[in-house]
Amino acid sequence: MAIASNKAAAQSGSARRETEVPPDLTKDQEIAAFRDMLLIRRFEEKAGQLYGMGLIGGFCHLYIGQEAVVVGMQMSLKAGDQVITGYRDHGHMLACGMESRGVMAELTGRRGGYSKGKGGSMHMFSVEKSFYGGHGIVGAQVPLGTGLAFANKYRGNDNVSLTYFGDGAANQGQVYESFNMAKLWNLPVIYIIENNQYGMGTAVARASATTTLATRGSAHGIPGESVDGMDVRAVKAVGEKAVKWCRDGNGPIILEMMTYRYRGHSMSDPAKYRTKEEVDKYRTERDPIEQVRARLLAKKLSSDEALKKIDTEVRAIVNDAAEFATNDAEPDASELYTDVYA
Amino acid sequence: MPDLNLVQAINLALRRAMADDPTVLVLGEDVGINGGVFRATDGLWKLYGDSRVLDTPLAEAGITGVSIGLAAQGFRPVLEIQFSGFAYACIDQILNHASRLRKRTMGRLTCPMVLRSPTGGGIHAIEHHSESPEAMFAHIPGLKVVIPSSPQGAYGLLLAAIRDPDPIIFLEPTRLYRSAKDEVADDGASIPLGRCIVLRTGRDVTLVSWGGMVKDTLEAANRLATDHRIDAEVIDVATLKPLDSATVIDSVKRTGRLVVVHEAPLTCGFGAEIAARVAHQALTSLLAPIERVTGCDTMMPYPRLEHLYMPQAERIAEAVRRTVAYS
Ligand SMILES: Cc1ncc(C[n+]2csc(CCOP(=O)(O)OP(=O)(O)O)c2C)c(N)n1
Ligand SMILES: [Mg+2]
Repeated sequence: MAIASNKAAAQSGSARRETEVPPDLTKDQEIAAFRDMLLIRRFEEKAGQLYGMGLIGGFCHLYIGQEAVVVGMQMSLKAGDQVITGYRDHGHMLACGMESRGVMAELTGRRGGYSKGKGGSMHMFSVEKSFYGGHGIVGAQVPLGTGLAFANKYRGNDNVSLTYFGDGAANQGQVYESFNMAKLWNLPVIYIIENNQYGMGTAVARASATTTLATRGSAHGIPGESVDGMDVRAVKAVGEKAVKWCRDGNGPIILEMMTYRYRGHSMSDPAKYRTKEEVDKYRTERDPIEQVRARLLAKKLSSDEALKKIDTEVRAIVNDAAEFATNDAEPDASELYTDVYA
Repeated sequence: MPDLNLVQAINLALRRAMADDPTVLVLGEDVGINGGVFRATDGLWKLYGDSRVLDTPLAEAGITGVSIGLAAQGFRPVLEIQFSGFAYACIDQILNHASRLRKRTMGRLTCPMVLRSPTGGGIHAIEHHSESPEAMFAHIPGLKVVIPSSPQGAYGLLLAAIRDPDPIIFLEPTRLYRSAKDEVADDGASIPLGRCIVLRTGRDVTLVSWGGMVKDTLEAANRLATDHRIDAEVIDVATLKPLDSATVIDSVKRTGRLVVVHEAPLTCGFGAEIAARVAHQALTSLLAPIERVTGCDTMMPYPRLEHLYMPQAERIAEAVRRTVAYS
């Protein structure tokens, strides 16, 4: 898939070019990707509804449109690899295997939530699933993820840290401090820049002097690649290469995922900064889930009924999570002072 | 005079300041095309374009430093930080440079910048989006700290802040952005900094507050008057630094009782400073221990516990009744 910025990447020399058609997935992989992406999509749609009903407080940033990024990357990991990201994090948590119920109940601020209803949409963790948050300060997770990678190297295990951040976050100074340290100490970290083309209402070109974010590590000698983040095959293929690069002891690498968020930045977004046509074009021509569906049907690897059945199963999980998140008890008043000190 | 909410009043003051003075620049994340996350800068970019209304990259530390550089060259940057939880990244530049430039250069360079940021809780958000960092800023010598509590106050105080020759942290109570409505005269008149505003006169007790808590404090005062015949004086501090202690001390000398209300955590909150000054200068007038009604020494919780964190009118009234019952 040709990506506009690939040309610039190739010209600048540092980002390698990724133009080949990505290798096919097996039938099982396609179906797993379809299911995992659909779970995120349906979960987010439900979260949007609950927000509309006033059940979710504060902020709620939906991942709809970007599902192929986290699902493709997760397909290239092994247990023990860590994931850390910002506040658009529901998809990452589900992809890491965290329970829909616990995530949804956290959104509604209930006891059964991953942070006992005290963290909300932006602040959830699961050490068991190697998910290190969920962070509300844009860009701040990047040095944290670099520290996770440092620990891996120090302990001599072969775990890799997947440190996700956005195109907007890519302009924070601490990102570059992290790049320098990661290369200086040769740390096993994959910096995944989810370039959905806007940081809140500001288009990349209005905020970034250079718009090919894959090359942002060039001053530190960190290789990078721009990837079609709407195609789960492309993400998985490049993810596997990057993971191997890190496990082989080559140090950090940057993956710029060209992707798109369909919904507003958060739930209150007037979206004056882009056209409806632009959004529709992605939805109808590039949708990550529809691409898999089309391949499965074209190659007769699945049928409409079989895919519908998956959708029904996924909806059941999400409905159950929503019901739990609506009816679960609220945190006890004493929780105000728990977990502040040891 | 039109009825405006607090964001509209801020917007009006920015328009006035930009029209009056070509050195006033507005910068921040999404302040241009989008008009700011809360629409405080709505329409400015259309009027003045990229040269005076800058959509900056996401880089709080950097844009603060850039503002200081501009200010040192005689511009009057008005920097928006989207929530005051993100302003912690600005503190290094603010503390080490903005507040010290005048002293370091013996007045050759100055820093007439304003850092505006929504502040406080009560909007069902969470940490980062509900912070009350006023005492941290007030602790820094060379800075001024201003917090309006009404649309008219926001208009006049922001104009004063922009025209002031020194760096100012201007914290805007988020939960009043759309809930508070006032008649606001766009007359270009500023409200002087460094003066408390007496909102209600009373004989029995002095209530001191600022920002978002002023509303609840007034509500408590009204309830106390009708339900308990307690006549409370209510003072809006408005400028935390430089603090107009005289107004507070005069009042306490008359009432003999003081209750300070703020939503920042108790420990080292700005209430401690006010209490210390009153204890020092009005000790013999005090008829009861000074009460502080504040947020909790914990992180701002998610919505379902937020009401327990925030000082409510009832908690304020209780504290007042305690001081009155004392002697
Ligand atoms: C330090 C900091 N500054 C500003 C914000 C407000 N904010 C939240 S998300 C966001 C845009 C981030 O854009 P990007 O990194 O592209 O991620 P996306 O939302 O597109 O996933 C902004 C400005 C914040 N949370 N933290
Ligand atoms: Mg983005």
